[in-house]
This record gives sequence, structure tokens and C-alpha cells, in this order.
Amino acid sequence: MDTNVFDMGEIDIAWCPGCGDYGILNVLKKALAELDIAPEKLVMVSGIGQAAKIPHYLRTNFFNGLHGRALPPATAIKAANPSMTVIAESGDGDMYGEGGNHFIHTIRRNPGITNIVHNNMVYGLTKGQASPTSQLGFKTPVQVAGVMLEPFNPLAVAIALDAGFVARAFIGDAEKTKEILKKAITHKGYALVDIFQPCITFNKINTWQWFKEHTYYLEDSYNPLDRSAAFKRALETDKLPLGIFYTNPNKSPFEDNVGIYQQDKRALFEREPDVNRLQMLIGNFRAAG
Amino acid sequence: MAKGKSVGADGVSIVLCGQAGMGIQTVEGILTGMLKLAGYNVFATKEYMSRVRGGNNSTEIRVSSRPVSAYVDRIDILVPLNKGAVSHLRDRIFADTVVIGEAELLGDEVSGAKLKFVETPFTKIASEIGDKIYSNVVATGTLAGLLGMKLDDICEYVKRSFSTKAADIVSNNVKAAQAGFRLAEDVAARAGIKINIIPDAGVKDQIIPSGGDSIGLGAMAGGCNFVSSYPMTPSTSVLNFLAKHGHDSGIIVEQAEDEIAAINMAIGAWYSGARAMVTTSGGGFALMVEGVSLAGMLESPIVIHLGQRPAPATGLPTRTEQADIELALYAGHGEFPRIIFAPGTLEQAFYLTARAFNLADKFQMPVFVLSDQYLVDSYYNTAAFDVSKVKVEKYIVKTAADYKRYEMTPTGISPRGIPGFGKGLVCVDSDEHNTEGHITEDLQLRTRMVDKRLRKLESARAEIVEPQLYPNRKYKNLVVCWGSTYPVVKEAIELLGKSDTSLLHYSQIYPLHSKTADYLSKAKRVIIVEGNATAQLAKLIKLHAGYDIEHKILKYSGLQFSVEEVTVALKKILK
Repeated sequence: MDTNVFDMGEIDIAWCPGCGDYGILNVLKKALAELDIAPEKLVMVSGIGQAAKIPHYLRTNFFNGLHGRALPPATAIKAANPSMTVIAESGDGDMYGEGGNHFIHTIRRNPGITNIVHNNMVYGLTKGQASPTSQLGFKTPVQVAGVMLEPFNPLAVAIALDAGFVARAFIGDAEKTKEILKKAITHKGYALVDIFQPCITFNKINTWQWFKEHTYYLEDSYNPLDRSAAFKRALETDKLPLGIFYTNPNKSPFEDNVGIYQQDKRALFEREPDVNRLQMLIGNFRAAG
Repeated sequence: MAKGKSVGADGVSIVLCGQAGMGIQTVEGILTGMLKLAGYNVFATKEYMSRVRGGNNSTEIRVSSRPVSAYVDRIDILVPLNKGAVSHLRDRIFADTVVIGEAELLGDEVSGAKLKFVETPFTKIASEIGDKIYSNVVATGTLAGLLGMKLDDICEYVKRSFSTKAADIVSNNVKAAQAGFRLAEDVAARAGIKINIIPDAGVKDQIIPSGGDSIGLGAMAGGCNFVSSYPMTPSTSVLNFLAKHGHDSGIIVEQAEDEIAAINMAIGAWYSGARAMVTTSGGGFALMVEGVSLAGMLESPIVIHLGQRPAPATGLPTRTEQADIELALYAGHGEFPRIIFAPGTLEQAFYLTARAFNLADKFQMPVFVLSDQYLVDSYYNTAAFDVSKVKVEKYIVKTAADYKRYEMTPTGISPRGIPGFGKGLVCVDSDEHNTEGHITEDLQLRTRMVDKRLRKLESARAEIVEPQLYPNRKYKNLVVCWGSTYPVVKEAIELLGKSDTSLLHYSQIYPLHSKTADYLSKAKRVIIVEGNATAQLAKLIKLHAGYDIEHKILKYSGLQFSVEEVTVALKKILK
């Protein structure tokens, strides 16, 4: 499929020139095109923030909801119609801060969605405050003495919760990021891809150069099926590993577990309520419930 | 009950009271079940403490020759199961109340007290049968005997109730019921009562669901196929009901990590073609408020069952109140339309919940079903709900390639497509958006979008449920109420017996029906009865119908109004 099926034409994009978000948009379009996922069969779900504007820049169905709340609707969209490809994509503040509780429990729930997180270690849209992934000592207009909170480690959390697919990419390497995204999207169940993406306006520390110098790829011999080893690698901070940290191919996704698609594959909108069954249930109340 | 006097039409009010976990529910379940099957009109309601064990909980069971569906203060027969029960109900015990129980268990609460106490050795009999655990069934047998049930019917029902248990347990329970039944004649003689309640053959074919069950059944009838919620009393019974039947009925039921996730899931589910509901209560709903606003902006249907309980904050978790009209009405930042139902009967709970799904889908807005602990936990015999009277109306369209989710229309309602059905793309955004669903800061378009969303309310006005007037179309005095107080106020009006006094009950409180001002201005005196401290419906009526209601009967102790309480309060005003 040609990448241009996802092109929006001439549109006004709200990202700063030189922002890492552009790279992610391009790579995502390529990954989707190479996987032959038609725009009509895809739903992009996002929250609020600069990264969360991505669905507006890619021709497809989208649900641009509330700040921090991309994962619950994404879960439900997939569960109500499992034939759709669902991607929940937002920034580190949206997914790990405001939506932190959903991040934890969505991993536990394991819906068949891809969770892409733009991680630039800073808040963009609200202009430069600390994000959950900001590094210790990082100074901002609010964290005037520097960040004192332990940085959130999304990969370690995801591996601790036995997420089925856990990866980290750096958008400075488009080709490798695309390959990771393709694997994440085809994974059956929840897949996390945390993508390092420099904020050129508000983060003068974690720059393109900084990410290049402070990251490395997991070696070819690395075994992503080993959860303990994956957890150990996720705890490394200097340098920060990139690649697929962990996969668990034996997990059954939420939409399979809800128990209504085994006999009937139809999406919820294609179904009618079972009137006879309802009549029977009402009749059961002839005796006290 | 006067001595030896037969009791019938007014029925009997039996109250069971004991600690949580002591088996009140066993007696209640078996007794109401067997009575209903035998054709007796039955009503049951409970008040309980927010604890798993201990405390004092009570259940009122009214049995009558005519249908009953309201709470009364009066206790004709009290069955206290532990010390503290009599004190707990002191205000409701009157000179003729017969107290049945065991002095050994109840202590000085009954010994020497000025009570019509009849000693009944439930525990001793149970121990003789094999275990004092059977004492609850002995008591059930006695009560059933007092009410005039046939021994065969009692045994048959007890057998059925314990059918999943071992054979000796079944036979011991039957023995317990028989032994209890044999006590009945003696108890009646010693108490000087003769109960004469006539069963009605028509009751057998009726159903006896709780308010929570009725809302659950209504949701299913409305085509509900997705429920995401977080447990919170008193709304949990609806979640339990749908979870129990969800799997076999093709309903996805998910316990969310919090109420924020619950409502965002439900909105996502509607976007993807499901018919979704959340069931919650005050504090939980407070967390959903941003989601309500999201539904307003996305023009998403959503059905919200809001079971009210006393607040602020955690309040009285297991008690009842009607203080969340304003919360439901104003929840969510910004201006957008909504619909609020407030069922007063089991029938209304069923049909209005079903209707909520159709209207949510048609008008693409939040629809509330405002219940409360009293409605959710009470049950009585009522005509079987007629599924053929409910039609699942679906408003989803198949999209064309040039589909625009927010196309401008005269009614404000844009055809609602869903992703994956048709060639179009379905784009929705919590930001202000253009007709295609993309972010806009075109401020003229913004104004038109606000107008479009609000126009839907004008469309919805054509389908407002009219308030119910009872019994006379001509009246001097008009008593207004809403939601769960309906049967209570209705019975009070009947007791009052004033032909110039009628009742107007609202089962839809927003948008307010346009005839409201007409109804009220016809009366010389208008009285409103509400289970809150600030007369929230009266305020709504003043705002939307321009009518100032002078007399207010308000209660906010955590308990439902009783029939007697409303009668006395009305008499005071109408004297």
C-alpha cells in the first residue's frame, strides 16, 4: 500500500519545525502502509498534548479524547469491534502522568492495541514543565530547583506487569523505529512502544545529540523472552537500551477474554439483542430473585 | 392490629432486624418468595449499615390483599434476631406491635419492657432438629403460618430453595419450617391477632424484581451490550445483574480501574458501535464528570445510571437520598444538552432505562437514569415487563467516502457513523472541531457548533415523558414529587382521602415538561415532597417553569419517607 493514502494534503501542523514528532508521523505512515492496514480499518486514539495531535495529521478514523484518557476508549473500541486496528498514541505526560492508572491497568487488561508514547522528557503544550520521565535535576519554570521525583520507568513497569510486547525506539533512527512499530502493531495483545523524541523548544538537555550519545541497541543475541533479563535491561540508565526488551507470545487479549466472540465473530454493532432470552430472564422473576 | 381483630386490606408490616450476616436475608428471601408464589401481594425494602458483619440491619416486608409498593413506619410484627434490634427500631414500635423472639437472646430489651412480646423458641427447636443454624427457617415457617399459608406450599418452597444442598440439609430445613409452622397458631392466640390476607391469583404471573434488577433488565431491553463500571453502593446491584447475565446475553461487562476509565471506555464503546452504560453513585459519578463533558463535545451517546445516596463525600454509603439532581444536571464543564430520567416504580425503571438507550443514540447526548438506594434495593410484585413494548432503535449510518461526522443539520443531529462500517472516516475530537471532526480555532464555526449541539435539546423536547397525575384531573391541592418517592406519596394521598388533592409525579426531570406551569397554576396550593434539604426539583421548576412552590416537605436523614410521615406532613399543610 502507498504511504500517501494516509496523507492529509495541505494542512496546518501545530508542531515546532524540527520536532521529533514529524519523524514519528512519517515512520508510522510507512509502517501502516507496509502492513497494508487501510485507513478505514484503523482507529487512532489519543489524549491531549502536542503528541496527541498526531491523529489530525494522518488520514484515518480517530478518537481524540481527554487528557490522559486514551487507553480506556482504545480498549473499548477494540473490544466492541475486534476487526479494527487500534493505536493509542500520546506523549509521556498524557500516558504516564495524567493517565498513569490507566497505563498500569490497561497492561493488566491486555487489549489488542498498540500503545505508542512520544517520550521527550518534558511537557510541550503547557510550555516546559517536568514530565514523569524528566531526569533528576532537570530545571523548569515549575521545578525551579530541578526535578526531585524519581523518573518514571515505563519499560520496567510494563515488564513487571508482564506486558506482552515492550519496546523502546529513538526517532533519530527511522528505519529501526519503523521495524519495531510493525512488530508492535502485529503483536496480538497490548504492545508498548516508548519512542525517544527530542523537544527542541523546551528540553535543551535531552537533545538529538544527547539521545544519540546516551542510547544503544540491544545486541542481536539478546533474548526478549527472558523476563528477568528484560527487567534488568530496563533498569539501565546510562546508556539507555533501545529495541524490543520483552515479548510474551502466550497471552490472550482482552477482546478474546470477554467471552462473547467465541461463537459469534460479529462486532457489537452488527448484533441484535436476544429477545427470547430477555423474556426468559424477566420470567425468572416470577419467583423472587 | 386490635386484639383478635382480623387484618386484611391494609396488610401486615413485618420487620426482621439483626446483625449483618445473621441470616435476615435468608428469612426475607424465602418468605417473600413463597408468599409471592402463593399469590400474596408482597413488598420488601431494607435499611442497612455500611459494614459486612454486626450492626443493626432491618428489612420490612409488607404483605397485603392489595398491591403494596411503599415503605411504612408501622411495624405489626417484629422479629428481632439479636440484642439491640428493639432499641434500633424503638420509634416504629407501637402499642399493638407483636414482638416475636427469644428472651434469652434479646435480654432486658424485651423482658419487663412494655411490649407485646411472644416468646418463640426458634433456637431450641432448631437445635433439636440438629443445628441452631436452622432457627431462621423455623422463624420463616412461623411467619408463613401466621400469614395463612398452607403447610404444603411452605415445605415445597423450602425444598426448592435448598435444592442444591445435601439431602439431610434439605430435610432438616423442611423439618424446621414445619416446626415453625406449628408454632404459628399458638403465637397468634397469645398475641391476640388473626391475620386475614387474601391471596390474588393474578399475582402468580407477576414478577418480583428489585429496582436494581429492573434497571438491569431495562438496559438489556434497550440493547445494552457494553457495561464498564467501578463498584459503588448502591449502584453495584445493576453491575452485578448485568455481569451475571452478560456472558450469555452477549454483553461485555468490565470492572474498570476507576470511574474515569469506566466512562471513557463507555464513550469509546459507543464510538465503535456498542450501546454502553455506566452504573455509579455520587462520588464515583463525580469522577466521571469530565467524561460527561467529553460526551457533550463528541456528541456521543452515553447512558449513566446514577444511584443516589447521602453525600457530600462518602456520606452514608448504604442509605438513600435524592440530592443529586443538580449534580446530574450541571455535571460537565461547558454547555451541552442532556436528558434525566427519575423512575419511581419498577415498571418505570425498566421502560425508562430501555428508553434511555434509544434517546441517547437518537440525540447523541448523555442520558441519566437517576435512582437511589431505596429504589434499587426495594422489590414488590408487578406486572411482567413486556419486551414487545420496547424496540431497540439504532441510529448508526453506513458512511460514504465523503462522510463528515459533524455535518450541520436543522435538528442539530448529524448522522452518526462508526469506524469500519462504510467507506468514510469517523473523526471525533474533544477540542472544538469542524464538521469533519478536526481541531479548529475558527471562532465563527465555534459559535455555530455550540448552537448545533444545543439545538438537539430542542429536538429532544418533543419526546419528554409527561408527569403522571393521580388520581383526579381536577384538584385544589397538588402534591409534586419525583423518582423513588412516588409509591410512598401515592399511598399517603390515598390515606388522606381528600378528593381535592392530587399527585403529580415526574419520572423525567430534564428537560422539564412544558405543561409544568399549567399543572401547577391550576392548583390553589402546591406542595413538593423531596428527599433532599434544598428542594432541588422545586428550584428546577422555578427556573424552567417560572413557578414558585410554597410548601416543601423535605427529608435528608438517609432514610426514605414513610407513608405515615408524608400523610402527617400533608395533613399539617392542608388542615
